[in-house]
Amino acid sequence: MTIHEHLGRVVRDPAPTAPVRLRARDLTLGYDDRVVVQGMDADIVEGTITCVIGPNGCGKSTMLRALGRLMKPRSGLVELDGRDIHRVPTRAVAEVLGVLPQQPTAPDGLTVADLVARGRHPSQRWYRQWSGDDQDAVARALEQTGLLDLADAPLSELSGGQRQRAWISMVLAQGTDLLLLDEPTTFLDLVHQVDVLDLVRELHQQGGRTVVMVLHDLNLAARYADTIITMREGRVVASGPPADVLTPVLLREAFGLEAVVVEDPVTGGPMVVPVGRSTG
Amino acid sequence: MTSTLTPLPARERPARRGRAVRLGPVSMPLRPRLIAAGALTTAVLAVLVALNLSVGDVFVPPDRVWANVIGTTYDDYFTIWRVRMPRVVVGMLAGAALAAAGAITQTIMRNPLASPDLLGVTHGASAGVVAIMAFGGSYGIISGPLAQVGVPAVALAGGLAAGALCYGLAWRGGIDGFRLLLVGVGVSTVLMNVTLWMLTLGEVTDSGRAMVWIAGSLSMRTWPDALPVALALAVLLPLALASARTLDVLSYGDDVVRGLGVRLELARTAMLVLAVLLAAFGTAAAGPILFVSLACPQIALRLARTPRPPVLLSALVGAALTCAADLVARTLFDGVQLPVGIVTGCLGALYLIYLLVRGNRKVQA
Repeated sequence: MTIHEHLGRVVRDPAPTAPVRLRARDLTLGYDDRVVVQGMDADIVEGTITCVIGPNGCGKSTMLRALGRLMKPRSGLVELDGRDIHRVPTRAVAEVLGVLPQQPTAPDGLTVADLVARGRHPSQRWYRQWSGDDQDAVARALEQTGLLDLADAPLSELSGGQRQRAWISMVLAQGTDLLLLDEPTTFLDLVHQVDVLDLVRELHQQGGRTVVMVLHDLNLAARYADTIITMREGRVVASGPPADVLTPVLLREAFGLEAVVVEDPVTGGPMVVPVGRSTG
Repeated sequence: MTSTLTPLPARERPARRGRAVRLGPVSMPLRPRLIAAGALTTAVLAVLVALNLSVGDVFVPPDRVWANVIGTTYDDYFTIWRVRMPRVVVGMLAGAALAAAGAITQTIMRNPLASPDLLGVTHGASAGVVAIMAFGGSYGIISGPLAQVGVPAVALAGGLAAGALCYGLAWRGGIDGFRLLLVGVGVSTVLMNVTLWMLTLGEVTDSGRAMVWIAGSLSMRTWPDALPVALALAVLLPLALASARTLDVLSYGDDVVRGLGVRLELARTAMLVLAVLLAAFGTAAAGPILFVSLACPQIALRLARTPRPPVLLSALVGAALTCAADLVARTLFDGVQLPVGIVTGCLGALYLIYLLVRGNRKVQA
């Protein structure tokens, strides 16, 4: 049973014929004795951008970590191209799936090129620690994110937006067609948020990459996503195209938010205008 | 791109940086500055070795040292080959092993103040050695020549046991670097107190000998002392170099490491075992030579300007620093030999304070 049937809410699939790259089946996740995500199902369809939204602590990031094989599920499983992701060798996963964790940390004193070079790790071997291919991939990744000029700049001297671009470059240098980004826009001002998301869309449109990202801003999610997965308390509340998911009823249910949904004057899609916290 | 930085023309850079050195199927990133720093350190090390061989109670001029080394004369055979050479070699090897262990530890702990000293290795070795020195002789369990042969072995066993104990205590379905360090500090403190207690129990003369060992001394080192640490370096250092890219990745956050296709726990444990082995063999050869494992990786990092302490260069710096310290220890006070550990401790501490005070670049792992 898919979540669609389960919830009976989704009208259309964004790409009905495209294969499912990542699938979560009855996924239960937790840390120590705390269950964070319970019995979750989700399909990530090839060539789409999926945004995961939900209130703080609803298990969005945890779910993304499980999809990226950063943690083991309590029960249920994640399938990558139809195979249990935990039965695929770690390195093989890293060759098709790139993850950018929330607030990733790197040692101090790195240059942008040092950081991006790290993305080549999965395709390197102990005897082939650096090659022409690596160099090309790093240069290409930096070019795509517009950071080529800053290759030798220390990471610590970049602005927040540039640093986020550097991290995205690292994941790009990995050369995967699946990208999982956990809140790529945190701590960025609106200009840089749009900047990073435009970059993600470009990567999606030009490279045909499949992207899953956790976002906080509902309107940005509406604008950039093909599919939105809304979560609340470790469960999926709704999943589908932005217009179907971002409705006043669902927003009240998922966020406890009283909101009016109007037409986005730029895209014609849904735009959420909050009224205030719902009393019910 | 608006930036306060002044970018060079875009096309030049990726060509200049990230070039590879290739040797058959083996290829590695080319780091000119690392190579230059390595050459410089090797040169300094050579000078220090020569000085160590020629300076002492009997001064042997450099040309005669050389003649003895290449075997065209045997005039000073005893001084050079039996007294000074083993001492220099043990010092170099022990320093190299400790510094390499420090470089690995600082990288995987992501902490510039992490060192094998804090993983229980040093204090475990000390406790083992003091136990055997303080009780072995007097109680007749192990005495005479057996005690001499036994000291490095006991130091090794003590160091490894304490390292394993720390690891076991810190394990909670995985190893967290910070928790491991805290456990290491705790275990080290306990072991240090046990050591002091044993010192008060033993015969005064035995305790005296044990104290010299605890301070880290290279005096009276002979060729058999060099063998275990030489073998350990020959095996472990190439392993560490082959794992360079794993070490590169391990200095990042856990989720980044996992995302890059590294089996985190396995990789970190393997590197930790490597570091503990290196440190234990180094300590077994010459006693706990303080601060070498802490300061040398940081010195190497600054010389080479690499993202993490480079293992091989750290080892070279460790060898050089130990040689320099031993030269000072032997000659500073006429007729009184200091344990080398006292000198490295002072030098290392001063250097670290200097780094922190200067503070134009944060200490980093």
